[in-house]
Order: sequence, then C-alpha cells, then structure tokens
Amino acid sequence: MQCDVCQTKEATVFLTQIVDGKMQKVNLCEGCSKEKGVNDPTGFALADLLLGLGASQEIEKSPAAQKCPICGFTQADFKKTGRLGCSNCYTVFADGIAPMLKNMHKGTQHTGKTPAAFHKIREHDEKIKALQDKLSKAIEAEEFELAANLRDQIRQVEVEPAS
Amino acid sequence: MKFSRIIANSGEWLSGDGPNRQIVVSSRVRLARNLRDKPFPGWAKKSERLDVMNLVKQAVEHLPEMAESYSENLEALSPLEKQVLVERHLISREHAAKGVGSAVVMNAPQSLSVMINEEDHLRMQAIRCGLQLDNVFKMINRVDSELEDSLEFAYSAELGYLTACPSNVGTGMRASAMLHLPGLVMSDQINKIINSVNKIGLAVRGLHGEGTEAMGNLFQVSNQTTLGEAEEEIIGRLNRVIEQVIEHEQNARALLAQRKAITLHDQIGRAYGLLCHSYSISSKEALNLLSIIKLGIDLAVFPDAHRFPVDELFIETQPAHLQKGAQVVKMSSEERDALRATIIRAKLSQVPQPDIARLRLATPATTENQ
Ligand SMILES: [Zn+2]
Ligand SMILES: [Zn+2]
Repeated sequence: MQCDVCQTKEATVFLTQIVDGKMQKVNLCEGCSKEKGVNDPTGFALADLLLGLGASQEIEKSPAAQKCPICGFTQADFKKTGRLGCSNCYTVFADGIAPMLKNMHKGTQHTGKTPAAFHKIREHDEKIKALQDKLSKAIEAEEFELAANLRDQIRQVEVEPAS
Repeated sequence: MKFSRIIANSGEWLSGDGPNRQIVVSSRVRLARNLRDKPFPGWAKKSERLDVMNLVKQAVEHLPEMAESYSENLEALSPLEKQVLVERHLISREHAAKGVGSAVVMNAPQSLSVMINEEDHLRMQAIRCGLQLDNVFKMINRVDSELEDSLEFAYSAELGYLTACPSNVGTGMRASAMLHLPGLVMSDQINKIINSVNKIGLAVRGLHGEGTEAMGNLFQVSNQTTLGEAEEEIIGRLNRVIEQVIEHEQNARALLAQRKAITLHDQIGRAYGLLCHSYSISSKEALNLLSIIKLGIDLAVFPDAHRFPVDELFIETQPAHLQKGAQVVKMSSEERDALRATIIRAKLSQVPQPDIARLRLATPATTENQ
C-alpha cells in the first residue's frame, strides 16, 4: 500500500479512527509518519492530518474570491495548509467551515469554558434581553407607566460598560 | 533557571506519585489558545510572530505558577537540547522544529509548560503522575484563567476557542493518559481494546508504533473531538474508559499468572538477563525489556524500591538523553546502543535477581480517584 502523503513510499503506519460511525483511514510511510508527528500520540496530529488530506475541499463552498480582511488569507491558502490564517477567518469562511466542523466534532455549538470577559458580555446581553421581554409584555398589557419605566432601565443598562 | 538545571532533575510526573500509577504512567492536558485577530503562527510574518511571542512570553513568565521557571527562545536551543525536551514530553516534535519567533516556558518541576507560537499562539500543558486528569485539568485551567487578565483570547460564543486548525476549536483541549499495558499485549488482547476505545471517539495509540508493535507496551488514550462537549464531560468520558482499560489490564495479568505462569516467569527472567548482560541494545529492544521489568516490579518479583530507577531508564535511554549525558555533539547509532547498554547494566546491577516465588498480583482495580 502506498503512503497517502508522499504517494511514493510503501506505507507502514496505518491509522484508523472512527468518528460518529464514520471510519477514517490514513496510511503513511515511516518518514511521513515521523514528519507528521504521528509518533507523538498526544499531538494534535491525526485529526490535523486527516483534515489536510481530505476535508479541506469543504471550504470551497465559500465564494472563491473571498479574502480575510484582517490577515489576507484565502481559500486557496486553506487548501494548501489545512490551517486558517487568523481567528477572524472563522467569520469570513463560516459557510465552508460549518460542514467541516459537523463531520469532525461531536457537536457544532461550544458548551465548554467561557472567558470571564465573555461571561460579562453575555450577562449584559441577557439582562437587556430580559428587560426588553418585560417591555413588550407591558406594552401589550397597555401598562404604559411600567413600559416607560422599563425603557429608562434599558437605556441605563445599555450605556453601562459590559466589563 | 538554566537548561542544565532543568534536565538535572526528572520531571515530577516521573518521580512523583499518583492514583493507579502502576498502570497509568502520566496524565496530561493540553490547551490551545490564540490571540484575537492576530495571524496564527503558520500564517504570520516574522515580525508579527515576534510581537506575539514577546507579548505572550511576558504574560506567561509573570504567572505565579512560573515564579521559578525556565524560559527560552527556540533559536537559542541546540537541536539536541530541543530533542531532550521532546523526549520529556515538554514540547512537541513540531515545536522542536521551530526557531526564531517561537519560545517555551516551563516551571521547575516540569509539570507545566507553555509552547509559544507552535501551531497556535499558545499550547499549554500540565502533566502529572498516575491517573489524575481532573487535577491536571484544574491546574492548566487556572493558568488559562490567569492569562485572560493580560491576553485577549480568540473566542466565539458559537465555536468556543478559535484555533489554527478547525479540528481543535471549541475547548481547544486534548486530555490524555499514558498507560503501561504489558498484560494486554502479552495476551493478544490489545488490538481488541484499541478498536473498542476508538469506536467511542477516543484515540489510542502506541507511544512509538502501532498496536502490538508499540514500544515499551506504552499507549496513549486521548480525546479526538473538541467541539460540542464541555471540558469536564470529555475528561469524565476519558476517566471511565481508562478505568475500564485498567481493569482489563489487571485481569489480563491475573490470567497470565494463573494460566501461563511459566511463560510469564520466563519473560521476566529473560528480560532481566538480557538487560544485565547486553553490551549493545537498540532503543526499541531496551524499552520492550524495561517494560517487562516494570511489570515484574508491579508483580513484586523485584523490590518496589527499584520502581523509580527503572522508570527513569525509559527516559534516560532515549537517544537525545544519552547523547546529552555523554556530553558529545555527534554520536553514531552504534555508539548510542553501546552507551545505552552500559547505563542499563549499571542500574540493573542494583536490582536483585527476580524472585519468582514472591510473585503476587496487585489488589484489584483501585478506584481511589473519584
Ligand atoms: Zn510518505
Ligand atoms: Zn484571517
């Protein structure tokens, strides 16, 4: 069997992984497996490697001419490297990345740690959202005094810094 | 702190103690983090990489955890020194290939290390002895939270921490444990175990080589996915699987002792004989035989006092450690094999002959952690 990376040498390292019932296989020669860090099992190598070999086509779903305004990264660069240019690329190439993430991970919504600064932003947003809900209910019930009061409160919260 | 002082002592994960340490060599958690809107290291220009490195390095060096630490730019390290750090699991092979614009910071006990500008701006890890992924996660999680005060990490409410490779987004976390599984290898059950663990989305890989070819019967179990599950859930899943693997390994050892006692005694005796009398030994052969000696210690065939010296040999006989110890710049593989044999002979001469009559099995699966 041929090595999937260099396509020349005989593969001696065979990696199989099953994610969501889908089998992914990579065959590598000794040299390429070392170079790809497959021998370092805690490395991030395998998933990256699999990505580099196949999944990168997915990003073509984004319009071809798209370019990240922050770092200048393009789709063609992703096909070459299997990596993105900067954190903003996730917004720019979102349509192409979404199906890729779906194949790769357990879910598509982060449920883990949130940086403290985001906590505050989220709390702030939630506070405004709650007041707005109350406001629309007050308007519906024609409780105009309460509505005016809530409007003032929203205005006040909105100018408070989020962090 | 100097490089020579760092390598003079074994890391805490090797010399320390921890739950289930007979079978679980170490627990490790790595987190990937990036600065918002700064090009990832692989895409950044040299000047951008240097800016990020200086910023991150300063923040990391100021952590209370790094009060006593070793910090170095990668171009200041020789290839041999980098390889020593790789063999100690303190930096990755990929990081060792980096030069200007990348750096490493680690604490004195070598339980914490931060790679700056590897594939991501930060790859930080905590590593400890035995099965204690929860503690190790707490340790690295605290470091991460402290760094938030001085660094603005790339994060989105939907995708979590944003990383250079989409395969790491979300938690950006890889948690892993290194397991010593000679019983499962000797009883030909290891591939079955690997397949069933793979089926539930976790990865098992040999430390060097695959399946039964794994050197030293050492295997690493780690999570493969990072998005859609909280850190604690991922670690909980790993813990449950690892506890099962430990149980299987203990059962395999018990069965070997009962049904294949002579084969087991023979293997331990031969491993001891070969290691005591070799004058040239490859890294692979050394690791495989040392694994059998380690098993012998677990089974009380050798006194427990020799556990640490034998564990140390797993690291000391790696190529870069040999060469560093001998203080030579260049060494042929023949010279290395001879030096490896000499070091092993010297250490094993302190270990008494195997006393097969003392063979006893460890108490069944201890579930002391949680
Ligand atoms: Zn190849
Ligand atoms: Zn970008």
